[in-house]
Amino acid sequence: MSAELFSLFYQFADVFAFLILSAAGLAIVFGMMGVINMAHGEFIMCGAYVTVGLVNLGVPLPIAQILAALTAGIIGMIVEFLIVRRFYKRPLDSLLATWGLSLIVTQSMLLIVGSAVRGIGTPEGSFAIGGYTFSTYRLVLFGCAVAVLAGLYIIFMKTRFGVIARATMQNAAMAKALGARTGRIYSISFGIGTALAGLCGALYAPTMTLIPTMGATFVVESFVTVVIGGANVLLGTAPAAVFLAMIRMALNASYGQIIGQIGMLFAVILIIRVLPEGLSSVLVRRGR
Amino acid sequence: MFKLLDGPQTLGRGKIFWSCFLAVLVGALIYPLFADSYDVGNFAYFLIWIFMALGLCLMWGYGGMLSFGQTFFFGIAGYGYGVLAINMGGGTATIAALVLSVLIAMIAAGILGYFMIWGGISGIFFGIVTLSATLVLAFFLGQTAGPEWHIGPARLNGFNGMKGMDPLTVRDFTIEGSALYYVMIALIVIVYIALRMLVNSSIGNVIVATRENPQRAEMLGYDVRKYQLLTFVIGSGLAGLSGALYTSWGQFITPSSIGLPAAAMPIVWVAFSGRNDLTATLVGSFLLLFGFQTITVYSQQAALVLMGVLLLATVMLAPQGFVLGIGKLVVDWWSRRRRRDEGPALADAGRLQSDET
Repeated sequence: MSAELFSLFYQFADVFAFLILSAAGLAIVFGMMGVINMAHGEFIMCGAYVTVGLVNLGVPLPIAQILAALTAGIIGMIVEFLIVRRFYKRPLDSLLATWGLSLIVTQSMLLIVGSAVRGIGTPEGSFAIGGYTFSTYRLVLFGCAVAVLAGLYIIFMKTRFGVIARATMQNAAMAKALGARTGRIYSISFGIGTALAGLCGALYAPTMTLIPTMGATFVVESFVTVVIGGANVLLGTAPAAVFLAMIRMALNASYGQIIGQIGMLFAVILIIRVLPEGLSSVLVRRGR
Repeated sequence: MFKLLDGPQTLGRGKIFWSCFLAVLVGALIYPLFADSYDVGNFAYFLIWIFMALGLCLMWGYGGMLSFGQTFFFGIAGYGYGVLAINMGGGTATIAALVLSVLIAMIAAGILGYFMIWGGISGIFFGIVTLSATLVLAFFLGQTAGPEWHIGPARLNGFNGMKGMDPLTVRDFTIEGSALYYVMIALIVIVYIALRMLVNSSIGNVIVATRENPQRAEMLGYDVRKYQLLTFVIGSGLAGLSGALYTSWGQFITPSSIGLPAAAMPIVWVAFSGRNDLTATLVGSFLLLFGFQTITVYSQQAALVLMGVLLLATVMLAPQGFVLGIGKLVVDWWSRRRRRDEGPALADAGRLQSDET
């Protein structure tokens, strides 16, 4: 019996980790600046490629993953400086600009790198409970997702940067008038967002085939989680991921992956009919 | 009638514009007399996509709804045509398949649109939800490779796509080559004129008012949601028309015509052209399609990179669109020159006129 329960938890944790890791970066950028970064999938791809490249050079996997996340973060800040910066007052145009960037990056990668890169294989290790065998790496991913949430909580709730960042989210003009350097806040938040995207790619790199269009695998889940979650990262994205993971786990288990994804989309369309501003609007209102 | 064609929501008015319009039309009509029949077929092929661009222009430029889901409806109607044409048999039934598949796309748009519009989705979220729907459809169709995925005798075939449907046929006459070309030209003229009349009618004014300020339009007593849904259904129906024509032209369709790079295309065409005007969209999409077609011969990837660059450049340099911007420059230059030539009295009149518009 406990084996069945653990199996259910394991399936839930698998989907939950996927949703949180792919959506967290997007949610921060959206929550801070109201900008949806359509090139999010390409930062994920960047993280995965850097990881695999470093591992093939002989760097240990965890260090390669951290370096990959940092690389994505730095590239993200450069992109913010060159492109995204001009569009804070025009969020829809920022959507188009980052989409243009996404097209350029994906297709250039296809031209330059081609579609095949030597993978690195999932780290060994599995354990058995009852009659079931589980992969340890999937649980590591779940642990990372929880750690990301905890890290965000600490950054946004316990640090000075977090206070100013939240003030900027509430009212950017006011924060600026009070002396916050909103430009720098935006730049750093975008960097954190893309670093998290890079981390997502780095963590999933051992589990999937690397192709330049791999970002698209994550895109639907991350967007949908952010749409359901609304603007608040901690109060929105996390509950949305729990909710969607439960729906998806149930559908995956009984009908398979495809129905899981389609069912999730239907759930999303139904939810936005009822809660147009996302879960976080309800939770925030309750909290007051 | 003429007022509807030359109304306030469309640029390009008066004798000069319509003379140009007629000249282009005549040029298009006599083109097959001079060209190679292979080229004419190719030409007809890229005219197919114009409907999708015009539909997006209506939704996005006039209605303010940025839909990334154009290829969603393109795909539904494209696959719909395939399934129906195979199941209903060839001959004149293909015309019915065309009409029905567009209707199916419009019904799908009605359902999706109802949930989004009545849910109060707008701006970025509108794009995200439509894009998600698009990606899920492409993902779903991509894994329908097995023999169990069929509707009647029509196999979906996963990534390899669906084939084996008849092209558009009336009795025993297959519409292809220059016949298809003429059908396309006729359809484009009809759709263009009809959209012009729509946006200049009172419905069009409400649609534009909703784009500018939904609350105010609502206060004035219009149920803006109905108008938005109407815009969405018409725009999606046009994407569906493109899809059904595409399938009937090539007698195949694959999920890749729905997925991410494909979904970006209509946005690039319309953004580059200038989303606020039908004529600019028509001209710009045509130019881009022509260019894209030429480059794709060398490299599909390079063509897509170029599309990305164009999108980025448009948003950064000319948010209103290049074709529209250049068009406005030409018109300004023209009227300034006329003013200078015809003396100060006319110059005043000209200024008054431009103040009004």
